[in-house]
Amino acid sequence: MDVIREPLAPGVFLTAIRTGKFKSATLSATFLTPLERGRASANAAVPFILRRGCREWPTMEAVSARLDELYGGMLEPTVRSKGETQCLGLIGSFLDDPYTLEGESVLEPAAGLLAQLLLEPATQEGIFRPDYVDGERDNLLLAIRAQMNDKRQYATLRLIQEMCRTEAYGVDRYGAEEEAAALTPQSAWEAYQELLASAQVELHYCGSADLQRVRQVLAPLVEGLRARRGERTPAALRCAVVDRPQGPVRTVVDRLDVTQGKLCMGFRAGGARIGREDYPALLVFNALYGGTATSKLFLNVREKLSLCYYASASTDPVKSLCAVSSGVEFDRMDQAQEEILTQLEAVRAGAFTDEELKSAKQAVIHSFKSALDSRSRLEQFYLTAAVTGVWDGGPEETARRVESVTAQEVVRIAQGIELDTVYRLMGKGDEDRA
Amino acid sequence: MRETRYEKLGMDIFQGSLDNGLRVIVDKRPGYGKQFAFFATRYGGLDTRFDAGEGWWDTPAGVAHFLEHKLFDTKDGNALQLMAANGADPNAFTAFGITGYFFQCTQGFEENLRTLLGFVTEPWFTPESVAKEQGIIGQEIAMGDDEAETEVFYDLLGCLYAHHPVRTHIAGTQESISHITDQTLYACHRAFYTPANMVLTVVGDVDPQGVLEIARQVVTGQGGPAPRRDYGGEEGSDAVRHETSRSMEVSTPLFQVGFKLPVPQDGAQRLRDQLVGALAADLLAGDASPLYNRLYGQGLVNRAFSCGYEDYPGCAFLALGGESRDPAAVRDAVLDQCRRLGSEGFDPAWFERCKKAAYGGMVSQLNSFENTAVELAQGYFDGMDYLTFPEVFRTIRPQEVQEFFARCLTPERCALAVITPKEGGR
Repeated sequence: MDVIREPLAPGVFLTAIRTGKFKSATLSATFLTPLERGRASANAAVPFILRRGCREWPTMEAVSARLDELYGGMLEPTVRSKGETQCLGLIGSFLDDPYTLEGESVLEPAAGLLAQLLLEPATQEGIFRPDYVDGERDNLLLAIRAQMNDKRQYATLRLIQEMCRTEAYGVDRYGAEEEAAALTPQSAWEAYQELLASAQVELHYCGSADLQRVRQVLAPLVEGLRARRGERTPAALRCAVVDRPQGPVRTVVDRLDVTQGKLCMGFRAGGARIGREDYPALLVFNALYGGTATSKLFLNVREKLSLCYYASASTDPVKSLCAVSSGVEFDRMDQAQEEILTQLEAVRAGAFTDEELKSAKQAVIHSFKSALDSRSRLEQFYLTAAVTGVWDGGPEETARRVESVTAQEVVRIAQGIELDTVYRLMGKGDEDRA
Repeated sequence: MRETRYEKLGMDIFQGSLDNGLRVIVDKRPGYGKQFAFFATRYGGLDTRFDAGEGWWDTPAGVAHFLEHKLFDTKDGNALQLMAANGADPNAFTAFGITGYFFQCTQGFEENLRTLLGFVTEPWFTPESVAKEQGIIGQEIAMGDDEAETEVFYDLLGCLYAHHPVRTHIAGTQESISHITDQTLYACHRAFYTPANMVLTVVGDVDPQGVLEIARQVVTGQGGPAPRRDYGGEEGSDAVRHETSRSMEVSTPLFQVGFKLPVPQDGAQRLRDQLVGALAADLLAGDASPLYNRLYGQGLVNRAFSCGYEDYPGCAFLALGGESRDPAAVRDAVLDQCRRLGSEGFDPAWFERCKKAAYGGMVSQLNSFENTAVELAQGYFDGMDYLTFPEVFRTIRPQEVQEFFARCLTPERCALAVITPKEGGR
């Protein structure tokens, strides 16, 4: 598997993975821009509006028919946040050329459709069509409101909003509801123009075509971008890392009509993150503490003490954060919180077996090794590299570094982990609790 | 092992059989780090009445699913945890005509494969463990009763069929599973988990001969021949009822429109029927179809909409559905479009486009190890070579699909099932 990264124009980069392993190829374009309150919703609407239609294929039906012609290809709008960067784009998945029925090429027309959707959207009076903007504004509002439906994810989202309320990291990838409600054809168009002119653009290809051909099929898109941005180089993307809590532990309580409580705890990870020596140890710590079915939180808090319906830990290695997420009965919150911290103390004290360490490392290694067999995981891996600017090898290199993590390194990570914010989701009519 | 090269798909498939009849199929994929193994029996929710050489026997609905749950128990503990501790990610499912057990891993493949083959062929049940499972599966069934999307689907099948067991939930009912004992499980395991009724498929960069060798070492039982099954004899071609409706706790009405299709035959014709059925579904109501886009524009359907062809032992149907404020209007528009396409046919460019999309979709599905392993196993059970679909696609002409519309997508074969919100609800 050959991975090449190169600039194609100022602020426009290509990551190309050449492999004949898959029967489909990935082709995507993603704008990277700082996550900011007041701009996030308008940015988030852009990929969805662009996907509605372009000059030659002006309706969704026409775009669907074009994709059918390209052997049932897919071109999906995507809105993600990584660290303090908002990532907005279209991700395509197309049949790789060797598998077409008559030996025709799909890559060229696929790149053509991608370029046209990005550069020549369907317009009315020089800006986005109002009916498309209205429709996608409503969809965006629904998506923001729907975040509340899954209480498990919602609780984690609220934890992050509260813990990082003064940082860009606390802004949701879709922005806020009132921001989305205020979206107009004019404001969406301005957000789009701003992305074209000044966002870093990541082009990603994974498939059997050689680099020369990939450059060639992307040339019209790259030239179109160059024409709209000139020789300006986008500002470097950054993510403010807060090594430790800036005050005493803060507890936030929400009350909703729920039958099961949620307890989420946010930790600062002492600055351990991607690009530093301690990154692999952070991953192993997370797996050992609460990342797997053989972890401390799973076996002790959940299985042995039956304090939680679920209890797991996750880490954001861009921002240097850890979060524990659990489902708990309302009157057992204190007990669960205490036990979650007791387990952290255990890791800090080095109270884990070689078996536990081995099993945690195995889980992390499996996750990176199996990423090599998945186009979408590869795309995510290299997008993270683009956002952080850390290019130190592929998933196999991370897996290799995880192999050599020692118990002492895991202990050192655990000692740097400090509780910052506690979020509790409680039922209504339980005001005397929490 | 016999090697077959599928040039168009760039795949190499190795097949062999043990003396006891177990078929082993390996899809060798150089360059992949992940391995996937799928061990399946041709036994599902439909197979309640069978003859394994001792006369016909009627068993309660839900035994296949119950067995799937209980097989993970071993004399020494639980196979699921054993495999997880050895770096594998294991799971299982029960469908209408097949039960499958599988895992994926990037290390320890041989050991995990031995565990998989071992626990599936060595049952260990006690009256106590069966009684405990009745409670757990009972909860699962109760939870499923609240799932309106599943319920509306079974309501449709109840309209289409008079007695075919596809009408019955795969997991059975609270009542039916209460009749299951450890002895029922042992007897059904003996009948259906006989090597002659099973297949092992492996996908990954593995040594095919080595896989066959491990199977030979672990699956040593001889077992009897595959049992005969009875799905209640031939049904009439028309839907039994054309419409049904009831209320549940939902926010918008849910619906399924279905067409009862001729009973599929095993062998090469089955693949052809599947491809024609899938093309018809796309032409009728796929993402790029005029009908779907018109209904979407009128606000009669939304993105929660799908349309597809499905076939199981002894039955096949085409179903489409989702959410709608007026399901009867959708059904009327569907029948109208079926009549038009059946009499007027399709624009050749549109037909070719649909064919390309359907073909491309099937090839892309082969990226998934899981999907490939299941299709290879299912194809073996149905007596067809799934991977010949590129050649079959080439030979399908518009007239054949038009004829399918005219013959099979008719009002007589059609039914509509609806679940409406409760009065006074949201």
